[in-house]
Amino acid sequence: MTIKETLKPNKAFEIAIVVLMILFAVFFLIPLYLMIVNAFKPLSEIRGGNMLALPIKASFDHWKTAWATAQIGVQATGLRPYFFNSIKMVIPSVLISTVMGSFSGFVLAKWRFKGDELLFGLILFGCFIPFQIVLIPTAKVLGILNLAGSTTGLILVHSVYGLGFTTLFFRNAYKTIPSEMVQAAQIDGSDFMGIFTRIILPLSAPVFVVSIIWQTTNIWNDFLFGASFGDATSQPMTVALNNLVSSSTGVKEYNVHFAGALLAAIPTLTIYFVSGRYFVRGLTSGSVKG
Amino acid sequence: MKKSLLISLVLVLAASFSIYAGGQSATTEVEQNNNVEVLHWWTSGGEAAALNVLKEDLETKGIEWTDSPVAGGGGTEAMTVLRSRATAGNPPVAVQMLGFDILDWAELGFLADLNEVAEAEGWDAVVPDALKKFSKYNGVWIAAPVNVHSTNWVWANKKICDELGIATPITSWDAYIEALDKVQASGRIALAHGGQAWQDATIFDGVVIAAGGPDFYKKSMIDLDPAALGSDTMLKAFEMMAQLSSYLDPNFSGRDWNLASAMVIEGQAAFQMMGDWAKGEFLNAGQVPGEDFVAFRTPGTQGTVTFNADQFVMFKVDESLKAAQNTLASAILSPSFQVAFNTVKGSVPARTDVSDSEFTIIGKNGMKELAEANAKGTLFGSMAHGHGAPASVKNAVYDVVTAHLNGQYDSATAVAELVKAVAAAQ
Amino acid sequence: MRVKTKRRLRKDDLVARSVLLPTVLLTMIFVYGFIAFTIYISFTNSKILPTFGWVGLQNYIKLFKLNHWHTALKNMAIFATLYIGISTILGLLLAIMIDLNKFSERVFRPVYLYPMAISFIVTGTAWKWFLDPGIGIEQIMHAWGFASFHFDWIKNSDFAIYTIVIAAVWQVSGYIMVIFLAGLRAIPHETIESAVVDGASVFTLYRKIIIPQLSASFLSVFVILGHMAIKSYDLVVALTSGGPGRATELPSTFMYSYTFTRNQMGVGAASAVFMLIVFGIIIIPYLKHQIKEDIS
Repeated sequence: MTIKETLKPNKAFEIAIVVLMILFAVFFLIPLYLMIVNAFKPLSEIRGGNMLALPIKASFDHWKTAWATAQIGVQATGLRPYFFNSIKMVIPSVLISTVMGSFSGFVLAKWRFKGDELLFGLILFGCFIPFQIVLIPTAKVLGILNLAGSTTGLILVHSVYGLGFTTLFFRNAYKTIPSEMVQAAQIDGSDFMGIFTRIILPLSAPVFVVSIIWQTTNIWNDFLFGASFGDATSQPMTVALNNLVSSSTGVKEYNVHFAGALLAAIPTLTIYFVSGRYFVRGLTSGSVKG
Repeated sequence: MKKSLLISLVLVLAASFSIYAGGQSATTEVEQNNNVEVLHWWTSGGEAAALNVLKEDLETKGIEWTDSPVAGGGGTEAMTVLRSRATAGNPPVAVQMLGFDILDWAELGFLADLNEVAEAEGWDAVVPDALKKFSKYNGVWIAAPVNVHSTNWVWANKKICDELGIATPITSWDAYIEALDKVQASGRIALAHGGQAWQDATIFDGVVIAAGGPDFYKKSMIDLDPAALGSDTMLKAFEMMAQLSSYLDPNFSGRDWNLASAMVIEGQAAFQMMGDWAKGEFLNAGQVPGEDFVAFRTPGTQGTVTFNADQFVMFKVDESLKAAQNTLASAILSPSFQVAFNTVKGSVPARTDVSDSEFTIIGKNGMKELAEANAKGTLFGSMAHGHGAPASVKNAVYDVVTAHLNGQYDSATAVAELVKAVAAAQ
Repeated sequence: MRVKTKRRLRKDDLVARSVLLPTVLLTMIFVYGFIAFTIYISFTNSKILPTFGWVGLQNYIKLFKLNHWHTALKNMAIFATLYIGISTILGLLLAIMIDLNKFSERVFRPVYLYPMAISFIVTGTAWKWFLDPGIGIEQIMHAWGFASFHFDWIKNSDFAIYTIVIAAVWQVSGYIMVIFLAGLRAIPHETIESAVVDGASVFTLYRKIIIPQLSASFLSVFVILGHMAIKSYDLVVALTSGGPGRATELPSTFMYSYTFTRNQMGVGAASAVFMLIVFGIIIIPYLKHQIKEDIS
């Protein structure tokens, strides 16, 4: 029985809740609405009119401009090439940090040895480090490894700094798997990889979803590492978007800016809308509960 | 079976690394020696178009341009990126940079020697001394200046001035205040301004000269003499700033500079105090100089020019890139490029021997005044734009000026804080 | 049989440790090694790039003499308190409401959750517009007839920091809601049933029974919000760039500006070390508590 079924609230109460939720929904939707509506308007309407008004002369041109012809630097390439740079960077980073996190989380959840709590604490604390602090030393390391300016370098950096979170998610999730199951498998003769593939992995779908969603969002939206460690061939889309939106001269083509911003947000928005319920399911199954 | 699974997993990870490593960009390899990578922040409009002129010019010389733009007003983001690149050992071939930042990088030993090109093309003779201060380090040329902007200008909507009987150019501070009063009384915004620290400081540049003359500007903003910084003349300068603040509209905070220009263009405001890059905004809006808008030196600063110059700084790179780098430097200072670029950008050429025939009346005046100030010794680096003192001091001045303009300090406090802040930043 | 099991277990221990090793090693280098590097730099005369001339505590002394730094610290206290407090309450409220109205979940959950998916480089301009008195909500209210409505916080030195709180709360509340929602659903229904049978009113039920059961979720929420408060950089830059003047400067923007823009890397490093210490003092006891609780 849910809380609701136990409480049995009356109709008036329920209606009040719905009204409240609608009001909050308006608050949450305003920026998105602003961006969408103004991405379709011509500049004259933006300058002259109310920002909330629907476009009188709607057009897709600004979207096409943002994607393919907007000036990002000297060349007018639009966001397209950088979009693919981002994809090349995000997918391996998410996979590597998630896989490593799942192994590390498993060990920290199920293996008792001296200092295991301390190690987990140390790895966890790594989540909190602001990236500006590590920028210069990381640059030095990338230089030594001859990876500066490459997609590989970005993948390395994002994987490393995602480990704290992925380890946290997996450890918390695997903690809820009864230790007896693991011990029984060990007595039966399974070794590490056996237990992992046969017992742990089948139960891991929800936490994999949580980890992948979190990592994809963070890495896709990162600007600092992408700008600092990418070069012309590997710069992610956030850098291009910043170039589009933060230019200091010329007419500000707000409609192109908003169209570009929305294009940049499409992958992460899609992931959240499509897999939202798996996300909740993943959290419900105990991964981030505490 | 399980061990092999582990091993194969490791191999897969290693393989994916090496696939990407193979495709790494060739900035440190020897193969592409005619590809110059340029880091800059000109990501839109007229400036990007002007830079494209350089790109195409280089292409005719067989040099390929790899563009590394990082937007962010005044280059703040670009400079962060540069630090990473330099630390990692793969700096771009050329980087757009302003003023003292150039000397800071030179001191660290990162910059290339351009004397070969400079001597062959006689740069020493044609680049003004005040500019050379930033293009050379210990007698070695390290940068190629692209343009010279000057910052002590007022831009005015001519139609409003005519309507209210305001004669332009305005040459005295008192006449300026009178004019501002007239505009305000007519119900319009007198002074259009964007409340960002660098814009506040741009006005401050001119006000310091108007308060104490060019010598006072040099002593306080360039020599950083504590007595000048704490003097009554400085108090007067802050009081003049406070006076100006009464003519701003209540929404000025955080506004971008080009939106303030738009206010003047569209007739909502009469004046803007901004550097000569504002000219591009007016021209792009179809306004005619002399009819729709006029520009004159900040009242009280006639005969003095505070400047900032964009330069492309050349970094030490692999031997194989040296030839291309030299060609880039030479192309930047070529008279034809100087004319082509600066007519688009609204600035003045960095060499004094270029013909002014293709420039607008404002450009022609600018070039003339630059040469005159250079000769008279009243050509000074703009504090607000990193050509007066190093970045730490510049930002310390920003802190005080912007706090004062936003009403957080009164003028006397501002003077005291200024002395403290400049001392702490050195 | 027993001997075989012991040997197998010990080999597994080895495998387990070597599997954990890469993560530990990378964390040691890239997190703690670099923190140590930053601490070292804070004692040097670094300006544009790290240089190694020792200056002792000079950077720290300079740091605490700066009005600018005190503004940043004050703002951090205000921002962190409001951000963590309001997001937690709002997230909890949204979770409770959705939990009570299951049909609405499919509609409202993505609406509340999506802001977390987008960076502020994307939404910064939209927020700036909306909060701007000239073209944003104040003007809209005027157009709708509420002529005396006033909302110029973003241009006001004293109030601008609160606009940052608004945008930050908007971004994260949906995510906090999801964490609480998961927690709510995990409460054993016997606990609730017995409380209702005992005659508890709705408010008492929530206050005395349900919310205490969420203590594990509260810890997660606190950790996530704490880390985001420390890291907020994009948000401030997009909304106010630290302005008006320096009124919305936070330690994260302060550290960036001193390290990279103002060529005073030593002072920037000192500010970073100080923030890490403060943050460590606050977060480490919670982490220890959380980990200990898990073990039991």
